[in-house]
Amino acid sequence: MVTELVKSENSYQAAFRSVRPTAAWLDLVRNSAMDRFEQLGFPSVKEEDWKYTNLATLAKEEFVPVTVGSTEAREVEGYPETAETHLVVVDGFLREDLSTKTGLGDVVAIDLFSAVEDARYNKIVRKYLARNAGYHNNGLTALNTAFIQSGVFLWIPKNVKLERPLQITFVADGGANFPRLLVVAEENSSATLIESFVSSHSGKYFTNAIAEIVVKDGAQLEHYRVQRENNNAYHVSTTSAELGRSSRYDTTSINLGAQLSRHDVSVVMDHEGAETAVDGLYMVGADQHSDTHSVIDHKQPHCTSHQLYKGILDGNGRAVFNGKVFVREGAQKTDAQQTNKNLLLSDKARVDTKPQLEIYADDVKCAHGAAVGQIDPEELFYLEARGIGPELGRSLLTYGFAEEVIGKIKIDSIRSQLDEFVLRQLHTSF
Amino acid sequence: MLEIKNLRAGIEGREILKGINLTVNKGEIHAIMGPNGSGKSTLAKVLAGHPQYEVLGGEVIYEGRNLLEMAPDERARAGVFMAFQYPIEVPGVSNAQFLRLAYNEKKKYLGEEELDPLEFKDLLKERAKVVEMDASFMTRSVNENFSGGEKKRNEILQMAVLEPKLAVLDETDSGLDIDALRVVANGVNQLFTPENAIIVVTHYQRLLNYIVPHFVHVLADGLIAREGGKELALELEAKGYDWIRTVDKGAGAPAN
Repeated sequence: MVTELVKSENSYQAAFRSVRPTAAWLDLVRNSAMDRFEQLGFPSVKEEDWKYTNLATLAKEEFVPVTVGSTEAREVEGYPETAETHLVVVDGFLREDLSTKTGLGDVVAIDLFSAVEDARYNKIVRKYLARNAGYHNNGLTALNTAFIQSGVFLWIPKNVKLERPLQITFVADGGANFPRLLVVAEENSSATLIESFVSSHSGKYFTNAIAEIVVKDGAQLEHYRVQRENNNAYHVSTTSAELGRSSRYDTTSINLGAQLSRHDVSVVMDHEGAETAVDGLYMVGADQHSDTHSVIDHKQPHCTSHQLYKGILDGNGRAVFNGKVFVREGAQKTDAQQTNKNLLLSDKARVDTKPQLEIYADDVKCAHGAAVGQIDPEELFYLEARGIGPELGRSLLTYGFAEEVIGKIKIDSIRSQLDEFVLRQLHTSF
Repeated sequence: MLEIKNLRAGIEGREILKGINLTVNKGEIHAIMGPNGSGKSTLAKVLAGHPQYEVLGGEVIYEGRNLLEMAPDERARAGVFMAFQYPIEVPGVSNAQFLRLAYNEKKKYLGEEELDPLEFKDLLKERAKVVEMDASFMTRSVNENFSGGEKKRNEILQMAVLEPKLAVLDETDSGLDIDALRVVANGVNQLFTPENAIIVVTHYQRLLNYIVPHFVHVLADGLIAREGGKELALELEAKGYDWIRTVDKGAGAPAN
């Protein structure tokens, strides 16, 4: 496995020599991560978690890591709701000059690299960075960790409520880029975070992103993730969250772009009374492949997790959903619900879905299910009987299918952006 | 308006309608009654063009056109409406969205002006009065988590919006309590004009106390076994469907 990857590993190894040195502990972490990447390489289809997603082509590409951030002036549009709370990250490097922070109040959103060197934040960063997104057994997180050179540190102090949603737009110019985000929401704070992934062009490149999220006791974080990279891009990303006592973390991941995308999302509940909703929508068309692996880990009693992931597949598009829910010994009164539903619009589309529930406690309420189907002819006939032709009817039902996830999004302009996207994909408008 | 001639139809190779003849003129309300399995609902579904039902013979002329050659959506746009016995839930699509789309598709077909969401909202508000539905129903997904009665009212709301020339109500009374039945029937009566026609398919005479038919046709085993005025429904109520079957036997093979 490693031999065929030597070429591309070389491009990463070569670039690694030119990353800027930083605090001794982080240098150590990066070196150790690079060492792990050299050992592990890119995951192979022989590994159970990568059975349906083949990274061989990605591994063979000569993507060169970006080690110097661009300084080119540009306009990066955010949602109207985030006009005063918008960070722009280009190729993994935070661009203060393109960002607007006037609406942040007491919330800190700064370059992760500079936070490492800032006496006010270095302890927090050192404590939580690379803690939830481990790199010892995962070549991709190892690679991202080796290339921590900038990124965003978001700190919501105790009892602070961020009134407006904060958006971070990750723009990719090319090569291999490694966005890194660390979010620490202190006790009883609350915030809404939007991560947007976009491309500045239509060429091939590689995004490997990590967001680590710490939601402390009583804190609330609403987290949206909208991946709209171009259809030639490779996008792999990891979202890892740990939840404090009676905290709440709701996340919705929308995966629309990239030729190949993989999202690993994990939520660990190691304190009582935490609640999470882990929702998502993936939409793949011709020559697209989207893979979601999620792990929801109930380690303590009285935690709740609800998961709804929906997929729409067209053309020869392929998708993978693998959702593990663990209910550990002693995690009594757990409420865990998991659903994955897929709509196939074409005979050539294919989805591999595997919801998994492992329960080691006896007093729990758990359910899971997966469905793969096509447009229901009875539903279509109902629309036809009202004068809506079969083509428009199919679009309307597909739109409705997506709406179960989109409709729950609390930010209007994300909703309307997604509605538009769905309708455009369906070549229709209502 | 509608002429059904010797219509034979079935499902999965089984013949259910064995030669139906029926003429409906504008300004008329017809009731189709009959025991379970007699073919009432099959007739309604064949008129609407349900893809699972196969026409085995005969013809249906609607306003001078061969209805059976028209696709279901074209029938609807041309003014044929079937209120479903079991209305379908359409998750994620709001009632208002759905109705506006259906309304505009029809207007487009007729070469008339389409309505934007705001204009349509006004129209919908007006039509909703027909079945006493409040605004909250318009933003909810079509039929999703509606009670049985709400679903049936929603069917009549669709009828009110689409203003069909020929409405076929397939067991619209089933599952309705007496108050909901009154609301639904009252709605249908408001929508009935000398220019349109209604076919009420029902098992029970109860609905016909509210929607009074000009003609009653009783189906048995895929054929019209008895025809008459509204008093036939009362007679059936008193004597039961066994009476029809007994009469059939006495009368020998029904004429085709």
